[in-house]
Amino acid sequence: MTTNGWLQISFYLVALLALAKPLGGYMARVYEGQPIWLDRLLGSVERAIYRLCGIREQNEMGWKEYGMATLLFSAAGFLFLYALQRLQGYLPLNPAGFGAVPPELAFNTATSFVTNTNWQAYGGETTMSYLTQMLGLTVQNFVSAATGMAVLVALIRGLARKSAETIGNFWVDLVRTTLYILLPLSVIFSLVLVSQGMVQTFSDYQKVKLLQPVSYDQPVSDASGQPVLDEKGQPKTEKVTVTEQVLALGPAASQVAIKQLGTNGGGFFNVNSAHPFENPTPFSNFLELLAILLIPAALCYTFGKMVGDTRQGWAILAAMTIVLVVFVWGAYWAESAGNPLIAKMGVDQTLSNVQPGGNMEGKEVRFGLANSVLWASATTAASNGSVNSMHDSYTPLGGLVPLFLMQFGEVIFGGVGSGLYGMLVFAIIAVFVAGLMVGRTPEYLGKKIEAYEMKMASLLILIMPIIVLGLTAVASVTATGRASIFNPGPHGFSEILYAYSSMGNNNGSAFAGFGANTPFYNLTGGVAMLVARFWWIIPTLALAGSLARKKAVPAGLGTLPTHTPLFIVLLIGTVVLVGALTFIPALALGPIVEQIVMIQGVHP
Amino acid sequence: MAHAKKHRLFDPTIIRQAVIESFKKLNPVHQLRNPVMFVVYVGSLLTTLLFAQALVGHGEAPAGFILQIALWLWFTVLFANFAEAMAEGRGKAQADALRKSRRELTAKKLPQPKYGLNFTLVAGGLLKKGDVVLVQTGDTIPADGDVIEGVASVDESAITGESAPVIRESGDRSAVTGGTRVISDWLVVRITTDPGETFLDRMISLVEGAKRQKTPNEIALNILLAALTVIFLLATVTLLPYSLYSVAAVKLGAPVTVTVLVALLVCLIPTTIGGLLSAIGIAGMDRMVQANVIAMSGRAVEAAGDVDVLLLDKTGTITLGNRQATEFIPAQGVSFDRLGDAAQLASLSDETPEGRSIVVLAKERYQLRERHIHELGATFIPFSAQTRMSGVNLDGRQIRKGAAEAIEAFVKERGGQFPPDVRAAVETVAKQGGTPLVVAEGVNVLGVIYLKDIIKGGIKERFAELRRMGIKTVMITGDNPLTAAAVAAESGVDDFLAQATPEAKLALIRKLQAGGRLVAMTGDGTNDAPALAQADVAVAMNTGTQAAKEAGNLVDLDSNPTKLIEVVSIGKQLLMTRGALTTFSIANDVAKYFAIIPAAFVTTYPALAVLNIMGLATPESAVLSAVIFNALVILALVPLALRGIRYLPIGAASLLKRHLWIYGVGGIIVPFVGIKLIDLLLVALHLA
Amino acid sequence: MTTHLRAAFVSLGLLTILTGVLYPLAVTGVAQLLLPRQANGSLIVKHGGPSDQPAGSALIGQPFDDPKYFWGRPSATGPFPYNAAASSGSNLGPTNDALTTAVKDRIAALKAADPDNTAPVPVDLVTASGSGLDPHISPAAADYQVRRVARARGLNEEAIRRLVEQQTEGRQFGFLGEPRVNVLLLNLALDAAR
Repeated sequence: MTTNGWLQISFYLVALLALAKPLGGYMARVYEGQPIWLDRLLGSVERAIYRLCGIREQNEMGWKEYGMATLLFSAAGFLFLYALQRLQGYLPLNPAGFGAVPPELAFNTATSFVTNTNWQAYGGETTMSYLTQMLGLTVQNFVSAATGMAVLVALIRGLARKSAETIGNFWVDLVRTTLYILLPLSVIFSLVLVSQGMVQTFSDYQKVKLLQPVSYDQPVSDASGQPVLDEKGQPKTEKVTVTEQVLALGPAASQVAIKQLGTNGGGFFNVNSAHPFENPTPFSNFLELLAILLIPAALCYTFGKMVGDTRQGWAILAAMTIVLVVFVWGAYWAESAGNPLIAKMGVDQTLSNVQPGGNMEGKEVRFGLANSVLWASATTAASNGSVNSMHDSYTPLGGLVPLFLMQFGEVIFGGVGSGLYGMLVFAIIAVFVAGLMVGRTPEYLGKKIEAYEMKMASLLILIMPIIVLGLTAVASVTATGRASIFNPGPHGFSEILYAYSSMGNNNGSAFAGFGANTPFYNLTGGVAMLVARFWWIIPTLALAGSLARKKAVPAGLGTLPTHTPLFIVLLIGTVVLVGALTFIPALALGPIVEQIVMIQGVHP
Repeated sequence: MAHAKKHRLFDPTIIRQAVIESFKKLNPVHQLRNPVMFVVYVGSLLTTLLFAQALVGHGEAPAGFILQIALWLWFTVLFANFAEAMAEGRGKAQADALRKSRRELTAKKLPQPKYGLNFTLVAGGLLKKGDVVLVQTGDTIPADGDVIEGVASVDESAITGESAPVIRESGDRSAVTGGTRVISDWLVVRITTDPGETFLDRMISLVEGAKRQKTPNEIALNILLAALTVIFLLATVTLLPYSLYSVAAVKLGAPVTVTVLVALLVCLIPTTIGGLLSAIGIAGMDRMVQANVIAMSGRAVEAAGDVDVLLLDKTGTITLGNRQATEFIPAQGVSFDRLGDAAQLASLSDETPEGRSIVVLAKERYQLRERHIHELGATFIPFSAQTRMSGVNLDGRQIRKGAAEAIEAFVKERGGQFPPDVRAAVETVAKQGGTPLVVAEGVNVLGVIYLKDIIKGGIKERFAELRRMGIKTVMITGDNPLTAAAVAAESGVDDFLAQATPEAKLALIRKLQAGGRLVAMTGDGTNDAPALAQADVAVAMNTGTQAAKEAGNLVDLDSNPTKLIEVVSIGKQLLMTRGALTTFSIANDVAKYFAIIPAAFVTTYPALAVLNIMGLATPESAVLSAVIFNALVILALVPLALRGIRYLPIGAASLLKRHLWIYGVGGIIVPFVGIKLIDLLLVALHLA
Repeated sequence: MTTHLRAAFVSLGLLTILTGVLYPLAVTGVAQLLLPRQANGSLIVKHGGPSDQPAGSALIGQPFDDPKYFWGRPSATGPFPYNAAASSGSNLGPTNDALTTAVKDRIAALKAADPDNTAPVPVDLVTASGSGLDPHISPAAADYQVRRVARARGLNEEAIRRLVEQQTEGRQFGFLGEPRVNVLLLNLALDAAR
């Protein structure tokens, strides 16, 4: 760890927290229907959409109707995206002539994008046509994010309203989110990113000359594509010399902006934001990082504003930030310590001003360690899932950080909207236990937390461990499941656990060596993503409906304040304890034991 | 029930019965009611089967080890049963005492609700609602009812534990309870309950916990505990495949045994709170009973902890029931003696406490000799609602005392004037919280008697305590606003409702509730019933009418209006005990992981021995120590569950901080120490 | 229900046009107009050269194993290193034997090209980058290679070192990122200096 590293991390956090208030306040105005200056520009577009869709702007919905609208919209998105993939061979804008995407993969991908996960089992440039990318994937980057934010706003209204039957209008929330929040921010971000060297073009891949031609051994295949073996039974190879480099290009900036802002994370290129065209400079890295947590952080302020007590929002944001900082520290420490197995070979892993040092496998020099671990932590704290370094190659403890952050249920910032509504559910649980400890029926923001709320909250915290632990168990004992493992030993177990933790929490990042594109993982993972997303949305809306109907209890001396450092500690404790108690045994058999083994040097 | 208080926390008879009950409760039907303990129960069965298998020779682990785990799991179940049985046992002891008073009775049934008619003897158990019975000296009242005729003194000690008899008559003191005995005179009583539903029946079933239903908060907590149990079940069950993978991956060691997994599961699930939860609930009701308050439902006990606003009747709660004369204020040109003399004369026949205090004041302060009205040949004019005055007619003198308006009317009728200085004095007295009584003789207004409300000792401190608890107090009084404000200021009450009518009370409660407040009140009269029914926590006085008792959800057998404060504390204790033990239970898991995880996988991954930070001797001793600790901690916390955590009025935040330190941080540390000690002991005893 | 069904499909269609068509087109238009160099891949165009083919991208690394060039980060792209059409990291875990073997081989290659160099090897020179296209190495990694390049080119070390210093980028705005050397630009500069 270096002073400069911490300076960069601190600068990032300061910038993030400084932007939370202005953006959060703006979003509160968007959701409360107050005038904003973009009205003049986009107001007519908004009204035209309502007219064409037959939406009555003023019609508020109860939670069931809101939930039905949410599900219908997501279902429509899913069907459209699935059909687009299956039919892309017959559709235009398919220069590479890709055929239909196989059904399980199409299912997995459609699920992945509709659930704001952006788990990519496919290789973008080798599977999807331009049309699929644009009309399917990019669109879902916007609307799946907007859906999450709409559900959050419904829950906030449930907390803010008193004795109310309705929690807003889903269509209005969806359209306003897209139009006034996601689109303008994406335009600004994408243009600044282009200025840093991010590509944004529809032209063909660019061929450039290699300064030094390179030759390599290529396996020889016969006509049927089977490798030809030599007399010793080894695959036969031939020498190939390459003199050109083909630069993959594309409209990356516009997609990267929304992939980060909407906590989507689906990369334009295979290695996501480690790719120089997808993340050219330290400044572009800073901006993308900022975009990961920007909306989740600002939504905390929006929440405080809408419930009429901004301290409540700051408290939640503080809890999230503290957990993030602790985990960044953990990852930074682990990666700085480097890999002792490599150190033994006379490799210098010291962090200094002339080299990034530490564990550099899978990391880029321009980012160094601080920016890599900060990204790894932020992308998994939020359910973003984009990467600027390869998590699979992290030291075991360094890799435990993103894994564990996902296993908290994606509530430390989390997905846009979904992270905060998840965190509010944890706040309700924290308040329940704490409320008991002060001798009062627990209440949060004046709303009494009773059996119904606990039922919904329990349903919510239950499901993630079930899918993550359950599917990991199935995969780790079946041959099909194990076949996808890339790294041997406990690390292989970590790969399976990481895959399901990522899909089961709608994150989308991966231990990328893992071969996820198999029917088994496409199907089980698709189900995991669907359950993780919609099992949360429905009870959350039910919670919103039930809370909205309640009277508000005015705060008194006997009321537990929920904006104090004590509550922040309590909230952190609840999230961490639930996550730790659920996943420590599994983690012990993956990264924890691997770290001990690595340090003890039991391995070669 | 006074004798119920005498039960020590660990009465040997109760313990003996509780031990027997613990085994009876092993019935699976009973276990199913508690999801957390049911998991332990199934685990015990499973390990017992594994032990049997090991005996036959196909054991997955040494039979001795499995046996010890199985035994301690059974102990865990038994300890939880014991806790519940202890709580129930204490209630039963009280119920038995009550039941003694419910011998089969013979009732004297009357054909008409009229005294003097011939009665027929019927069995008490056959009386229905609406029947009318006669109860005479020495008879036991056969069932709950309302007095419709007669006055009698009744011994209610069977219910209240209070030996002094109480007067029962029609009106506000009309309610009689089945099982109580008439000591003198007679009563005609209309029965108000059907057989098996009498107050006594309900009390017995309540204290026994037989019909105990889970309360809303308990249900909510149970849901959370069940969810945690499922999560831990999953975390444990999946360890088997994970272990299989690991063994295959490194080709070392053996997969984790089912015995160890069951042990881990039982250690992780919140058995501490799960095992003690029902005991805490029963004990909460029990504490109410010991405070001589009968909760008509567990819900009421819980709600008591949430009370934000207390409505208190001024008279009897904040002030002593009686006002006392403390000063004579003569009108201009009237001597003290003349006023004192007139006041005394007017009060000689007035047997009300106020009247007596005027005579006493005249005698003590103004050295006026007490005279006997009959010797003077005076005619006493009693107080009437129409005149709102009382007084005497003596030798042509018409002396009256009464409220200012009444006296003003009296003198004006006779052509007199109401002097302004007297009016001023009246206002001053009212402003100071006193009640002004004006004395007049004929057309002359003589002056004012200052009747003062006497604030009960220590009440101000109690209100301060309530304020620290976050509870607002509102005084209800029929006084005018000026007087009410003065009494409120002097007693330290937060707010008051003056000139209160039953409708005004009801309106106030509704207004407070609409603002989200939880309102508690006490009441006794029939006209209190609507307000009692509306209030969230309604404490009816046992001396009150049947209507009031029906409307209330708590009945205070002592009929002590300040009891509400205790009731609130008990409610809070109940919730706090649940919260604290939940926190403790979950916090314990940290140490248990450190004990069991390395032990379970050390054969596959020897490197995991690093996590054995407690330095436990062997994998077997580690698992066993954790299981034993888990069982013993239930037993160790039984007294706390029964007694409840003491409530300190220090504000929610401070209270939470305190409990987080004790039960959260403490809950993390204690098992490290406990498990290590048990491990040392096991090694010393060669048990592992 | 039917109103919601209509709203679901129509709003999806409208938002698709807005975010899936208009948005990327607008951004592309503005980017191509204002920032054409960056938007098209930051290509290095040799002025006056015989071929109109660019000499690479300033952002994408190229493979080097000739001792006279500075070597970049090991690349795990397939089938050949620095394949800019198929970015990839190695994804090797820290305790994977394949990783230690690969590092061992890379150290051996470095030593073989520069047998006298006894300095510890900077870690970025023997570990694969995340993208497989990392254009940079650390100043330490460049420094480690100065002697080898100088000898292979018959130039003095100081001249090479000066070139390296010229090609060394500091942290962006003085604090963001890490100091680094763009290998392709450095090697182009080396060739130009010849």
